[in-house]
Amino acid sequence: MAVQTQTYAEPTATPTSGEPLLSVRNLRVWYELKKWGFGHAGYVRAVDNVSFDLARGEAIAIVGESGCGKSSLMKAILGLVRPYDGEILFEGRDIFAGGRAGLRWYRSQVGYVQQDPFGALPPFMSIRRILEEPLILGGVKNRQERLKRIREVLEEVKLSPPEDFLNKFPHMLSGGQQQRVVIARAMIRRPKLLVADEPVSMLDASVRVEILKLLRQIQSDYNLAVIYITHDLSTVRYFSERIFVMYAGKIIEKAETDELLWHPRHPYTVALLNAISDPDASNAHKLREVPPGEPPSLVHPPPGCRFHPRCKAILRGQCDVNEPPEFEPRPEHRVACWLYEQGDRVPPGYEEQA
Amino acid sequence: MFRGALREISRYPSAIFGLLVIFALIAVSVYTVITLPYHEAIRLWRGGEEIWGDNPRLAWPAWINYFVKDKRPLTQKRTSQDPGVERHQEKVDEGLWVDDVVYTFEYTADTFPQELTVTLYSEYKTKAPYVSISIERPDGKVIRLANLAVEGGKRVYRLEQDEKLHRKLRLPEHVSTIVGVFAEDPFVEDPRPLKGTYVLRLEGSRFEEDSTLESKAVLYGTVYGWAGTDHLRRDLSIALLWGTPIALSFGLVAAVGTTVLTMIISAVGVWYGGWVDSLIQRITEVNLVLPVLPILIMIGVFYTRSLWAMLGIIILLSIFGAGIKTYRAIFLQVKAQPYIEAARAYGASDWRIILFYMVPRIIPTLIPSLVTLIPSFVFLEASLAVLGLGDPVLPTWGKVIDEARVNGALYQGLYYWMLEPSFLLMVTGIGFAMLGFSLDRIFNPRLREL
Repeated sequence: MAVQTQTYAEPTATPTSGEPLLSVRNLRVWYELKKWGFGHAGYVRAVDNVSFDLARGEAIAIVGESGCGKSSLMKAILGLVRPYDGEILFEGRDIFAGGRAGLRWYRSQVGYVQQDPFGALPPFMSIRRILEEPLILGGVKNRQERLKRIREVLEEVKLSPPEDFLNKFPHMLSGGQQQRVVIARAMIRRPKLLVADEPVSMLDASVRVEILKLLRQIQSDYNLAVIYITHDLSTVRYFSERIFVMYAGKIIEKAETDELLWHPRHPYTVALLNAISDPDASNAHKLREVPPGEPPSLVHPPPGCRFHPRCKAILRGQCDVNEPPEFEPRPEHRVACWLYEQGDRVPPGYEEQA
Repeated sequence: MFRGALREISRYPSAIFGLLVIFALIAVSVYTVITLPYHEAIRLWRGGEEIWGDNPRLAWPAWINYFVKDKRPLTQKRTSQDPGVERHQEKVDEGLWVDDVVYTFEYTADTFPQELTVTLYSEYKTKAPYVSISIERPDGKVIRLANLAVEGGKRVYRLEQDEKLHRKLRLPEHVSTIVGVFAEDPFVEDPRPLKGTYVLRLEGSRFEEDSTLESKAVLYGTVYGWAGTDHLRRDLSIALLWGTPIALSFGLVAAVGTTVLTMIISAVGVWYGGWVDSLIQRITEVNLVLPVLPILIMIGVFYTRSLWAMLGIIILLSIFGAGIKTYRAIFLQVKAQPYIEAARAYGASDWRIILFYMVPRIIPTLIPSLVTLIPSFVFLEASLAVLGLGDPVLPTWGKVIDEARVNGALYQGLYYWMLEPSFLLMVTGIGFAMLGFSLDRIFNPRLREL
């Protein structure tokens, strides 16, 4: 797996099975702050030196609180914002290097599922028109061909019979049906990568599981790589094989899902896991421990580890001065925290089950 | 959305009324353009005395007779070539041909005619034909009007200008000649016309074998057509009819032009942001403080008064209007919608997003304001005309009002002249306003609660 300092060979044109589908290399998404409309006033470092690889058919989750940069990372991966620095390689090609045509090709390979299904669908377009748009832009000139593909994809997302939905408008559908349309739109060009931005957080609890199951099924049916972005660790397990935890623009912990959920190492991950609500009557009067303070400023991030002002396990003179590199305290479990400089240990404040 | 809106319109009586008015105006426009082609209308409106000469001057519309006790006369016109005209031609001597024509006029109105004219036409070589004109009243009294030589090929006899006859009839100063001829008794306080058959005799003498003598007699009434006439004897119905398509097209083109362009400029500014947006906003702010009407007056005075040039300038000045700010506020919200981001993610181009994703969102708020904007441009055109900046060629409602004003229609009691075009303007305004307000409630349901 990727290590930040790793150099990589120039990728070959034909993707081999061993090659990752998507490689993010030292990605920085910085937004320039302007003074008086033209003067330079610094940068918002929304994503700062992030690297990872995604294999074909693999599902990963990126977890973090609001403002940690996961949306910026996602937008860069979707090609919506240009990174300040670093590269995003899809099947070995830099997605921004090929100009407009390259980006157009790349976009046909990526589906995007958004958080708010109602907002994600233009309210003045019928379902048929909504699903037709990506096909038109993808160059499918034949109307019948487009309609055939629309019917197919509606069946795939279990909106059947498709005829019942083609001429409806988004507001006539329930939240779950709307999200199925969003998924259908993401899938209509048969992408290889699906980016799902909190796909169930705006849905009723009763619908969430169904949508997650649907995504899971589509993923396995089409051997789809999925980047699942969420702030909610409780839905992650349904889905992903690996979890990346993001904090203040950096990925601070990477591990397989079960490994991370059962053996969290970074104090921030521990805090996140402790914050998961647990429907148990005995918890009603218990105050949950949450990390004190606010997420740090991304314009002037704290020196050293960015979590140190809120960290209970801070090592004075180390965490607040030096930025932690990635350690690998357990196999395939990487964490950027000075606690593991000497090897594995159970993080303070966490009761680890054996 | 639009099918639903149409169904909902039927629930608003005001919208139906507005639609009926608009359809009526459109029907009138279509009828006008088909039956009275543009060049024909211009000829009739700008033609000159030959075209209007037989119309009465400043005549009320004929339907006024339904509302007044004393019925007013219509114009009666006879020519020597009419079929059934009593005509007698005979050679009575060497070098003398008699050519008599008798015109009869049934007179039933309760008020006096405006004027009686006899026009004589002749073609001759050296000696002009000679005509003596007399009129026989229903009571048998014969009044000799004039003896004329038709010199120069055409002579016009106007009864009202015949001062000799005025003296001969010994009429008081304030009684006009026409009253002297047509009254039961012209010397009473309030003379009334004598009803019955008037016989106008033209006793002509020609002195050459191949000379001709033709004539036309017009007994001018004081009402005309359904719209009346103006000071130049022009039929106002031409201007009122042609004013309709002009007003509608002017209003529609101006309203649609400004709204659509404003919307697109605003959307472009919001979408691209940065200096594009700043530039558009600054232009708008400068333009907002520029006074439109004085600029239009200046252009009208110094450059051109063509309606279509004015239209272009109005659109230019209105594009960067307050609408830019309103639409910008809406577009800024629309731009932040997730579906815009989704469209970018599946590769929609900037223009596709502006036209297919942002603009449709604003159309529901746009249609009602567009409909209510149409009459305001119609009024603007009328205002320009009243300020004397109307199009010099086209007959428009505003021009009719302007001419009525300049000729003191209201002081002379010629209310129809000013009220007819004003009424049409008002009806247009009400029709569009009623439809627009109803559409506003249909498309923007939140207003219903207010």
